[in-house]
Amino acid sequence: MAWLATDKGPRRDIDGELSGLDALDLPIPPPPHLLRRVWATTWPKVLAIMLVVGVWQVVVWTDWRSESQLPAPSTVLRALADDFGTIAASAGVTLGRGAIGFPLAVIVGTLVGIAVARIGVLRAALGSVFTGLLTMPSVAWFPLAVLLFGASSGAVFFVIVIGAAPAAASGLITGIDQIPPPLMRTGRMLGARRFTMLRHVILPGALPSYVAGLKNAWAFAWRALLAGELLVRIPGALSLGEQLDRARQVDNASELLAVTIVILFIGTVIDALVFSTAERAIRRRYGLIDAADAA
Amino acid sequence: MLPEATRPHAPPGAETTTPAISIRGVSKVFGHADEAVHALDDVSLEIAHGEFVCLVGASGCGKSTLLNLIAGLDAPTVGAVEVDAVRTSLVFQEPTLFPWLTVEGNVELAVKLRKLSRTHRQAVVGALLDLVRLTGFERKRPHELSGGMRQRVQLARSLAQQAEVLLMDEPFGALDAMTRDILHDELEELWRETGLTVAFVTHNVREAVRLGDRVVLLSSRPGRIVAEFPVAIERPRRIESHEVADLSVVITEHLREEVRRHGVARN
Repeated sequence: MAWLATDKGPRRDIDGELSGLDALDLPIPPPPHLLRRVWATTWPKVLAIMLVVGVWQVVVWTDWRSESQLPAPSTVLRALADDFGTIAASAGVTLGRGAIGFPLAVIVGTLVGIAVARIGVLRAALGSVFTGLLTMPSVAWFPLAVLLFGASSGAVFFVIVIGAAPAAASGLITGIDQIPPPLMRTGRMLGARRFTMLRHVILPGALPSYVAGLKNAWAFAWRALLAGELLVRIPGALSLGEQLDRARQVDNASELLAVTIVILFIGTVIDALVFSTAERAIRRRYGLIDAADAA
Repeated sequence: MLPEATRPHAPPGAETTTPAISIRGVSKVFGHADEAVHALDDVSLEIAHGEFVCLVGASGCGKSTLLNLIAGLDAPTVGAVEVDAVRTSLVFQEPTLFPWLTVEGNVELAVKLRKLSRTHRQAVVGALLDLVRLTGFERKRPHELSGGMRQRVQLARSLAQQAEVLLMDEPFGALDAMTRDILHDELEELWRETGLTVAFVTHNVREAVRLGDRVVLLSSRPGRIVAEFPVAIERPRRIESHEVADLSVVITEHLREEVRRHGVARN
């Protein structure tokens, strides 16, 4: 492209006209109010927690159940503080399992998703299987899992993968299906072939829907993981599920509620901090939401 | 045929008599039997190296089909299409920039996919963005740009493919009139500087006369070449000039004739 290098000097008045139009045409970006945005997303959550705790406290005051069955929020909070070491340790065990099971599910789901989206025969064969797998309650897999893997972490991983992988796969498939045809045409026109097409057009194009699928997959995985820990007695260190079950057996209501709150908290925080944040960032980057609505 | 002054700077190799694009007796039929649609019927057209040809016609004249055939995205049912160029590039009306890439990334991808020299990649992208006057917008994403700017990025991306033949399918159809006028100036200058061969499809007769060395009028259903008009107006042209307006009136009259024929044919 030798003509690119030659210095052509100023070109008529197009320069001025174009830059003037560009300046007029460009959407004005809204100024970033970081503090206000953080506040806007935080206060509804704080309010929701206060409402729940308030209702709980009112129920306790009505003496609907005895203090040993339904302790007051303050009692549970104290139990949480006292047992923090044990709860943190068992949360570590549970999260450790999640850190193996969830990536495993994502890898399987992603590979299956790409294969199904790109290969017609597989799609015809497996399309409805996914819907079926997604409606299957994860606890219902445990008898089979224990039969195959015994009472071990393997059984839990099996159920996480079979529960969460279809969610990841179907997010990816939906994303690939929804890539606008002109973009695919452009990819071919620019010279993309099988692999380069996947790498530069299909996977980035499917990303928003894929991340939504991962968010779903996380919810499935977390539920399957806790169900597994409640149902399957895995030898070794105490996990959140086992601690919950033990608290029930010894009628320790405040420990039971403390562990329940921790389970709820971890699931929500990972969803909000990791997946919702990633989802929003990607949607904003792709221009799928207005910067103004992004908060 | 054309006065020497209106000829573009000839690219190397233009002295040969081989046309850049040669279409001979091309017909294109979609579907079978009763449902067959004759998009193109016995179309023959030659476009010389470095020539700017505008194809004008009403809806259903098979303009887009013709461009797809030249681009090699589709094959003719009958006839032959020969393109004497290593690469052709299509510019679409609808925005087809990848939303996940920046302005720079979009142009660079074209370079990457053509496996062009990695070392000069950055320089080439910078020079192209300068050429379409988008320096300073490298890091913006398509949704942050105006329609006209997006179309200029598309143009830069096409040039990044090092195509010798540029096929443009109503590229400015969705833009406001003022932006379009300025992009006409821009495209004309780009074309003069690069010596590209351009086949430009449009509904807009004035746009065709403003830009083309030659305007080819197509009929609709099936698409046939009805008439050709050499445009001997000196460049740089202005769309509001009398010369452009006068020729546009003549061509528009022919075009309306074609459209009217369809009204009669149906009754």
